Amino acid sequence: MFDTENSSASPLDSSILILKDLAFQRNEELLFSSINMAIESGEILQIQGPNGSGKTTLLRMISMTLSPTSGEILWQGKNVNNVREQYLGSLLYLGHQSGLKKSLSADENLLWWRKLNKDNLLPSSDALECVGLTRVKDVPCYHLSAGQLRRASLARLYITRAKLWILDEPFSAIDKQFANELKTLLENHLDNGGIVILTTHQDLEIKDMKYISLASPHKSR
Amino acid sequence: MTNTGFVAIFRRDLLLAIRHRGDLSNPIIFFFIIIVLVPLGLTPESSRLSEIAPGMLWIIALLASLLSLNSMFQDDYNDGTLEQIMILPQPLYFMVLAKIVVHWMVTGLPLSLLAPVFGMMLSLPEPGYLPLMLSLLMGTATLSLLGAIGSALTLPLDKEGLLLPLIVMPFYMPILIFGSGTVQFAIDGLSILSPLAVMGSLLALFLFVAPYIAAGALRLSVEG
Amino acid sequence: MWQWFHKLGSPRWFYQTSGKWLPWLSFLALVFISLGLVWGLGFAPQDAKQGNSFRIIYIHVPSSFLALVGYYIMAIAGAISIIWKIKLADMVMVSAAPIGASFTFIALLTGAIWGKPTWGTYWIWDARITSMLILLFLYFGVIVLQKAYSRQGLASRAAAYLALVGTVNIPIIYKSVDWWYTLHQPATIKFTEAPSMHPDMFQPLLLMIVGFYLFYAAVLIFKIRVEILHRERRTSWVQDYFFSKKNK
Repeated sequence: MFDTENSSASPLDSSILILKDLAFQRNEELLFSSINMAIESGEILQIQGPNGSGKTTLLRMISMTLSPTSGEILWQGKNVNNVREQYLGSLLYLGHQSGLKKSLSADENLLWWRKLNKDNLLPSSDALECVGLTRVKDVPCYHLSAGQLRRASLARLYITRAKLWILDEPFSAIDKQFANELKTLLENHLDNGGIVILTTHQDLEIKDMKYISLASPHKSR
Repeated sequence: MTNTGFVAIFRRDLLLAIRHRGDLSNPIIFFFIIIVLVPLGLTPESSRLSEIAPGMLWIIALLASLLSLNSMFQDDYNDGTLEQIMILPQPLYFMVLAKIVVHWMVTGLPLSLLAPVFGMMLSLPEPGYLPLMLSLLMGTATLSLLGAIGSALTLPLDKEGLLLPLIVMPFYMPILIFGSGTVQFAIDGLSILSPLAVMGSLLALFLFVAPYIAAGALRLSVEG
Repeated sequence: MWQWFHKLGSPRWFYQTSGKWLPWLSFLALVFISLGLVWGLGFAPQDAKQGNSFRIIYIHVPSSFLALVGYYIMAIAGAISIIWKIKLADMVMVSAAPIGASFTFIALLTGAIWGKPTWGTYWIWDARITSMLILLFLYFGVIVLQKAYSRQGLASRAAAYLALVGTVNIPIIYKSVDWWYTLHQPATIKFTEAPSMHPDMFQPLLLMIVGFYLFYAAVLIFKIRVEILHRERRTSWVQDYFFSKKNK
């Protein structure tokens, strides 16, 4: 149980993000274990598995929202717990929920998000224009459809400088046309040396995709 | 040292409070409703109301504060913005503090400023008015801080039932004692410096400790 | 040294070791309490003012001590559990909560029983009783919060946080209740204070206090053992334990 020690990288571990022996136990059940993966710049990782297998849990583990039961995550060779600020400053996490306040407009929501992430933004581009929401940018979000909400949420991808994108079901609720745009966006990010980790039910055809498959939960011992 | 996290969350929450303008009057309406119950249930006699006024006013303020606690983090928790805030590299402490400050500004602060009106309705003796306002200003701030801890700890749970009041009440009690004590001292002609000083030190203590613990409890809730 | 510490945190080690000591501990507790009760109830002299009714202090005072000490034990166990992530400490905290609450309740109950012949009423709002009542609420809060969470890991951490906030607040609460009481009762009579103690009255009380501490320890250990069996029920050593018992 005494797991995460400070381990510095050996010369061979040049990967930017390393998932090492990750395991997660909920109550008495082991949700998953022995998750190992090394990810380089420009690579995309898809986490697959049936519902309830812990995909979202793993994503949240990578974004440091929760701690693994054992194992560690290394960013540029160092345990993320030791370089927390730097690691969190390099990632962007978009979860299941929209992450937007319903009583504010999409524009206002983005404004606040930009203020909180001041040091991590690309010089201004109109994010909402990129996702085709210019027409409704000043409308309170409770008026937006599920698809529009998702697009507003994804708008952040257009203005962030974060290297590591962690996306939970980014393709849900959007139409085919925008799905293609999103795919292009992801590919551009990868070409620029970024990393994408996502879950999706879609059949994404992106070159050199890596996979982690989570099985159904099994009992411990 | 302006902390960008604090300022941004502060202004965002203030904007949200203004958007939900209708809710702002809730603690005040509650106060009025309960205050009517007091003479109806006890007596309309001024002299007897004066006797119980300091304590009664403080009790109602406490209850009003308790009722408002649910709204502190629930909204952010439900729409995923809390998670977003917690992933920021900035220390969570300041952002939680910002939320608590805004919460107080829309609950405790208006109550404290309107206290003279409520005091008048319960025949509060004259020396008690200013001490009532002062003690409420400091006290409701402390109540918001303490309430944040309870609110954060019960965030992923079903909000029905008395769990939150049960948890928070014992911590509220000293504030009640010293708050109403301050008012009573003034009415009795004693100096209010000592109880007020205690209120001040409790406020200072929890100003330091509460956001820290609430932040820890929030991280716990988000894991769930 | 770290290994020893690690071993200390192993539920299995605790279960096996405590199994050897528990009968002795319980026996000792029984001895002390019986002696104390017989001496105190039967042989200690009557009190000048309160007659025989004061004898309830032989249960009331030790209970109050343990009520308070029990809270701190619970909170410290909780702190150890979240700082060093030791599962056993977690189980100690969970077990200590209802035990401490029970002692608090006994203290209140015996306080009420003491009250009737002494001041004519079962309940009186004096400083100590009021503080004890608030302590009971603090316990309830920790117990109910813990039960409300469905996931054990989160439940214990939330309860530990709450217990810690409680420890900070207990001195504040006690002091403020004291202050409140002296404001409204200028008389210096403290109702639930033991009458000035003749050594003949005091010695059985001492026995009872020691006995109660032993009793608390015994009950706590017993409860921890039950908790261990429950939480580790799927592990091999627990399965073996029951199997081997059945085969005997």
